[in-house]
Amino acid sequence: MPEPKEKKYAKPLPHIDEENRPWWEALKRHELYIQKCRDCGDLRYYPRALCTNCLSSRTEWLRTSGHGKVYTFTATYQNQAAGFRESLPYIMAYVELDEGLKMLTNLVECRPEQVKIGMPVEVVYEDVTPEVTLAKFRPAR
Amino acid sequence: MSLSRKTAVAGVYEHPTRFAPDKSMFQIMAESVRGALDDAGLTIKDVDGLATTGMGMGGMGIISFADYLNLTPNYVDSTAIGGSSFVAHTAHAAAAIAAGLCEVCVVVYGSTAASQRFAIGTGGAGGSGDPPDQYDAPFGVTTVGAYAMIAQRHMHDYGTTPEQLAEIAVTMRLHASMNPVAKYRDRITVEDVLASRVISSPLHLLDCCIISDGGGALVITSAERAKNLKKKPVYILGVGEAVRHAARGQRDYLDIAAAQSGKLAFERAGVAHKDIDMAMIYDSFTITVLTTLENLGFCKRGEGGAFVSGGRLRYDGAFPINTDGGGLSSNHPGMRGIFLVIEAAKQLRGECGPRQVKNCKTALVHGTGGALGTRHSGATLILSNQ
Repeated sequence: MPEPKEKKYAKPLPHIDEENRPWWEALKRHELYIQKCRDCGDLRYYPRALCTNCLSSRTEWLRTSGHGKVYTFTATYQNQAAGFRESLPYIMAYVELDEGLKMLTNLVECRPEQVKIGMPVEVVYEDVTPEVTLAKFRPAR
Repeated sequence: MSLSRKTAVAGVYEHPTRFAPDKSMFQIMAESVRGALDDAGLTIKDVDGLATTGMGMGGMGIISFADYLNLTPNYVDSTAIGGSSFVAHTAHAAAAIAAGLCEVCVVVYGSTAASQRFAIGTGGAGGSGDPPDQYDAPFGVTTVGAYAMIAQRHMHDYGTTPEQLAEIAVTMRLHASMNPVAKYRDRITVEDVLASRVISSPLHLLDCCIISDGGGALVITSAERAKNLKKKPVYILGVGEAVRHAARGQRDYLDIAAAQSGKLAFERAGVAHKDIDMAMIYDSFTITVLTTLENLGFCKRGEGGAFVSGGRLRYDGAFPINTDGGGLSSNHPGMRGIFLVIEAAKQLRGECGPRQVKNCKTALVHGTGGALGTRHSGATLILSNQ
């Protein structure tokens, strides 16, 4: 069989729907948002339609600075899943944003042995398909 | 209303298979039910309650298994919260029996993960499509990776060492060497664990549970009925369950479900930590054991590394755990909670031969389901032969 000309993006993609569309559209513009409840002020990530503290639907979108620190991480050397098995090792991490919320992400532009918990990082936007941009992080410059 | 000592584990059976390409999941489950009923001295006609997860089955789950064994129970429970499910089923069965919903409940599990070559910890990254998965799956979360992040943070905060984690694996293998049906029985050393390849840093291959086929079953009934059956009753004193997740981005990841479920189980049982003679702690990974012991309150948070060292967890140590060899060495068909209850019951009945814990009167069981580093459940039981 002939090799396909372009490599198809094989990793899982999010299901974009009406609830989360503003968040994914912002990422496409290379902007990272969290949500804040207009009634009680509670912050939340990932995006959802109501506040988990007071169940209010009144939501404000807050643009983050895109800066944070590594909360914890792991370098993965084994994953049989398509898309990942070709990119081993990769670094998975929780980044704690300066706004206080933790996000699961990948650390890029660094090697596993360079990563330390507490290390300052900044967001990089990876346009993986025409519809989807992922927020990943690299050591702060 | 207290559940304490109203119900008992009256029969247990661990299927001896570790590799069964010739058997279906349902056959392993049914053979396990037969074994547990034989152990209790009951027959299939006595069964009026049924519990299993339904995970790995088709859409009709538990009903399909009832069909296979031609059961028409008055009570069914297919709580599916991962590896801890069967511990939770036991708790639910105790409550159901105490409330009069059924009299004899069978809890059953079976799996052919090894013969079907499932990559339980390091495969699949697609997630279910549920909202939380949308924000995890694109980054390649594996089960082992999610646990590894807990280990990394614990090492950072408290100076926990790879050697301390490795001793847990070494102890489980020692226990497996005394269990004739354990999958891996050759003794290992701390150096062997550290020399095994890194799967997801800081966890090595030998920090991870094995993959096997297997199954098991429990018979739960009223304490009164259990007293007149074949084996010595193992009374259910206290139960608890809990979940932990991302908590809207605000979770302290070293706080796990065991903190909540353990506290409930101790309060409900009316016993203290010093009363626990042995424990069965879900050992999907070495870090699971360490952080579970801390969260259950057997040592303070941050002291787990020292607590698991120096042979304390050995069958002949000060705080024996996982005397069957655990998921790290005996068997792990995907969700091993049922084996925790089976081994605890055998210890309380004094049936464990060379690995028997001396004067074992009270045992704690804690199952973990899912992944500590993303979303997980915990279920705790406190059992006693008194």
